[in-house]
Amino acid sequence: MEQIRSYESGVLTGERPGAQRPPDALWVSKKNGLVVIECPQRIPCNPCATSCPTGAITPFSDINDHPVVDYEKCTGCGVCIAKCPGLACFVIDRTYSADESIVKVPHEMLPVPDIGDVVDCLGKIGELICKGKIIAVLEPLKDSTRVLHVVVPDAAIDDVRSVRRCSDD
Amino acid sequence: MRLLETDLLVVGGGAAGLSAAVEAAAAGAKVLVAESDLHIGGQLVKQSHKFFGSRDEYAGTRGFSIANILIGEISEHSSSVEVLKNTTVNGYYPDEGILTATVGEDEYLHIKARKIVMAAGAQERLIAFPNNDLPGVYGAGAVQTLMNVYGVMPGKRILMVGAGNIGLIVSYQLMQAGVKVVGILEAMPRIGGYWVHAAKVRRLGVPIMLHHSIKAALGEKWVTGAVIQKLDDTFCPTGYEEKIDCDAICLAVGLTPTNELLWQAGCEMKYVPQLCGHVPLRDKNMRTSHPDIWVAGDASGIEEASAAMIEGRIAGHAAAVAMGFKSNEAKSNIYWQRLMHLRAGEVGEKVRAGISQVTVDGWEGIH
Repeated sequence: MEQIRSYESGVLTGERPGAQRPPDALWVSKKNGLVVIECPQRIPCNPCATSCPTGAITPFSDINDHPVVDYEKCTGCGVCIAKCPGLACFVIDRTYSADESIVKVPHEMLPVPDIGDVVDCLGKIGELICKGKIIAVLEPLKDSTRVLHVVVPDAAIDDVRSVRRCSDD
Repeated sequence: MRLLETDLLVVGGGAAGLSAAVEAAAAGAKVLVAESDLHIGGQLVKQSHKFFGSRDEYAGTRGFSIANILIGEISEHSSSVEVLKNTTVNGYYPDEGILTATVGEDEYLHIKARKIVMAAGAQERLIAFPNNDLPGVYGAGAVQTLMNVYGVMPGKRILMVGAGNIGLIVSYQLMQAGVKVVGILEAMPRIGGYWVHAAKVRRLGVPIMLHHSIKAALGEKWVTGAVIQKLDDTFCPTGYEEKIDCDAICLAVGLTPTNELLWQAGCEMKYVPQLCGHVPLRDKNMRTSHPDIWVAGDASGIEEASAAMIEGRIAGHAAAVAMGFKSNEAKSNIYWQRLMHLRAGEVGEKVRAGISQVTVDGWEGIH
């Protein structure tokens, strides 16, 4: 079937309000990582901002506002990853090793991967980007939305946004 | 024949109806909720995704958990709220001020209510194409009922028609249930639902095919495939067709308000495309042109559950106040502000345009 890769069908293209890349200078050395939010459409939704424990996601004046991140305040805690109804928040920690980063993604599929599993890391249209290793499986809000910590090559951090167990199709 | 008497009858025990019932009971009214399904909670019970909105509308909470919160509120008022399940209100006789209802297939009831909140929700639209009567062609609501209420897989390889929020969300839920979604067709040049819902299914590898529609279902006794077609900017077929291998087809092509009782009651109605059908004129308190009837939720125009819950609260409160129960104007104003905030953005534009065509200043002068 024809794959239409376009913003209008839910594929992020370029930087947009609500989908900004953290500043590299801060990002490369930030232990625990920084949040990457991909929420480019103004919709009536604010749990990312109201759940952020450090106020790094600037409080909205209008519930339809785009999320705006004050990266100086972001600790990479990942509460927003689990809270966001749109599964649009990710945390990327670029300090893991010389050439690897940790991508922290929301996960709501069964079976839940285990620590140590090697999984397929998928891009914005579900394409295979690379293999990755699961090093943590968290459930921050105890509501079945898992946050997986996946180790991937540095080059893959702008692409990897979900994982699939290798045994799945 | 049983005759039930109550202060407020709420027709429909979904997001809007339960909210209305809670609010009216809190003000002191005796409330009867009539729900046609075997359980209350409406569409909320089938929603496994987390809701949008703000904390006031339970944002970040899964739909079925919100249903449980509302059901919990109802049970806190169990001395004043009676819930009739499996009960369909099917007639309104203005001369006698009587409503009729059937409980299952066994009992026929008369209900006498001082005021009524109509919160009967919506019905799914279906589209015409050859073989759309084959087993395996479902509406999205049926797919959700099978999957999320009864734990039955509707198919193994499913083609979704429609990329509004329902099509996108149900696709995601199908994948959670282990069903392969082979593609989502959308006739428009862009998805109709929230972008983030589309991104969720895209990153799991589901193609969303804009400018595409279904041409026919294939199969003798049940669905074995589908023919899809590409459309041009005027929605005419371009001649490009493709055969898709699937064993189920899910139609998520929109809803239309359930309005039969409103028509019967003689409420002033208007066709509003932005609200997806005929809806009653209403004032800011959701009161229709009929002095004893309020409306809330999808029955008043197709919108999100978060808006339906607020409308229910406004209607339930206003109906109670109209009967002389205590008014809480501050609360009522807060509900209105929350509703306005929800509708303020770009995605609320269509609803705002619709609502402005049917909102009147208040019926006080008329009645």
